[in-house]
Amino acid sequence: MTEATLAKLRVLAEAAKYDVSCSSSGTVRRNGSKDSVGNTVGGIGICHSFADDGRCVSLLKVMLTNFCIYDCAYCINRRSNDIARATLSVSELVELTMEFYRRNYIEGLFLSSGVVRNPDYTMERLVRVAKDLRTIQRFNGYIHLKSIPGCSRELVMEAGRYADRMSVNVEIPTENRLKYLAPEKNHQSVFAPMSYVRQGVLQAADDRKVMRHVPRFVPAGQSTQMVVGATADTDADILRMTAGLYATPTIRRVYYSGFINVNAYDSRLPMLKQPPLVREHRLYQADWLMRFYQFNVDEIADDANPLLDLELDPKTSWALRHPEFFPVDINKADYPTLLRVPGIGPKSATMIVNARRFRRLTTSHLKKIGVVLKRARYFITCGELSAPCVADTSPAYVRGCLLPRRRGEHPDQLTFDFGE
Amino acid sequence: MNTLIFDGTWDGMLSAVFEAYTRRWHLWNDENDIALLRPDAPRPLFADNVADVTTDPERSKRVWKALEQKMERAALSALTVSFLSEDTTMDTPTLRFIIKVIESRQKGFERNFADNDALAIVRTAKQVRYDAHRLLQFIRFQKAADGTYFAMTDPRHNVLPMILDHFTDRFADQHFIIYDHRRGYGYFYDGTEPRLITLPANLNHMATGWLPDEMLAPDERLFRRLWQTYFKAIAIKERTNPRKQRADMPVRYWRYLTEKN
Ligand code: SF4
Repeated sequence: MTEATLAKLRVLAEAAKYDVSCSSSGTVRRNGSKDSVGNTVGGIGICHSFADDGRCVSLLKVMLTNFCIYDCAYCINRRSNDIARATLSVSELVELTMEFYRRNYIEGLFLSSGVVRNPDYTMERLVRVAKDLRTIQRFNGYIHLKSIPGCSRELVMEAGRYADRMSVNVEIPTENRLKYLAPEKNHQSVFAPMSYVRQGVLQAADDRKVMRHVPRFVPAGQSTQMVVGATADTDADILRMTAGLYATPTIRRVYYSGFINVNAYDSRLPMLKQPPLVREHRLYQADWLMRFYQFNVDEIADDANPLLDLELDPKTSWALRHPEFFPVDINKADYPTLLRVPGIGPKSATMIVNARRFRRLTTSHLKKIGVVLKRARYFITCGELSAPCVADTSPAYVRGCLLPRRRGEHPDQLTFDFGE
Repeated sequence: MNTLIFDGTWDGMLSAVFEAYTRRWHLWNDENDIALLRPDAPRPLFADNVADVTTDPERSKRVWKALEQKMERAALSALTVSFLSEDTTMDTPTLRFIIKVIESRQKGFERNFADNDALAIVRTAKQVRYDAHRLLQFIRFQKAADGTYFAMTDPRHNVLPMILDHFTDRFADQHFIIYDHRRGYGYFYDGTEPRLITLPANLNHMATGWLPDEMLAPDERLFRRLWQTYFKAIAIKERTNPRKQRADMPVRYWRYLTEKN
């Protein structure tokens, strides 16, 4: 570990930074031993820091190498770019991970790589790092490995024994557009490694029914990422792909990455002044609705409404398209119905259901419980006089009331509250 | 108004409940007629009856038993976590809440979120847990020459006892110290049982939280720089967002953050 490592780390972190995922979520594992190090906490994981772009730093997110034989149009590391290249050795990566971990800088490692020589050669190196961490260092923290597109099944199966999570990025939801921008890739090269992992997970679950000690296999499941705004794909295209992925048993998270044009010279790419951050934010909200609010993808975006409303969150947009659903009676409606009200999230819905067993609730209770009345009041009734309901006035009127007053909300300063 | 004075300990809190029952002060008409204070707090203007609480483990055990009958485990833990806030304005609401729980016929009063005291307990517990979580995130160890890892912290609430388990499990094979600057105590873990320690406050590195060079392990500086380099490199320039950075990582934690020093 020397000054030279420092320069390499800089290059390879910068090369990896466009991958959005950094989460250490999805698996609880205590260490429970005096001669090993590390545990994982589950839940949303632990963010150890927040970078200057406000993104969570949970894992050491780095590439093994940013040399690449492929030429994906949207990627900074494509072979036609003349940029600084570097490669970290297996032992350097292992030592960096351990030393950072022991200082509580990170939850673990998120390792990806450009493709050198061929997919299997590259994947083998990634697996070596994970294997050394687990077997030699007795490291119990979080490991996330990216599968190299096109690598063999055997290597994915070996990787899965050491990794908590594995991922392959879909990048572009429609295959012809993917092939247009990334000539060496197609949906097969993405979905094949995904299905190897899925089979591995299901196999391990089956084995566990008959054997007691089955080695873990990717316990935190898979994640993937799509670029937003590099192609003509609509939000409906993207969200349908998401819904399809969540319908499979092992995909835990889909990430969305507002496109940043790092290769402006490539005429296949759109010229954007700045990354489409508001659109990205709306996609995350839509994703949230599908995972935690029991929304169906068609309720959020369909052929009639292929793009999400940039001014209002997708739940409010849905409510304005469905005035007939409201008002919702706070003292009677069941939990799923309460969840449909803009301004009421899973937490406040649970609190409402609990509290109303003790007494009739009024707006002052709702306020204390944490309901965002500013939004909710057009959609509820609790037996008092309240704001005119969306069903009695018009969606257009309510929309006017709900739009942000202040013009000063800069899209690049979003604080990403997925709360309610 | 009926006013009880207690010593500020958890046993004292539970003994105060016992005292309230002995004096039949739990039968209030107006819940604002009872108050629980610490000795140094100013007395309320209309304190007609003032009584000192004797902290008695026997009595507190009996009150705790009564609570265990009436409350879910999770709610019991919210109650004790909320007490770690050291927030004196919570003393009276906590006393009232415990009495309300014992007085309620059915189980589950803690889920009456239309009650101010029940809500306050949940809210306070949430704040304390948040503070504890922030330590899991932002504690940074410096490796000392003798191999011990040292971390200074400054939590708002008294949360070190809550997070110790996480670190002794995670770093089971590592010697470490986690120290609370404000409260002047910490824990030393050497692979066996964590021990409570106090270190002399007048040392320079206890004031700054940063060990001097001569006390550091030889490669400590290098790994610090590696981390700082990584931290800078991982941000996307086009997305610079200091507002979100500060919202998620408040400036008051920066003092002991390697990447911010
Ligand atoms: S294979 Fe990966 S690293 Fe290589 S050019 Fe494509 S996206 Fe970039």
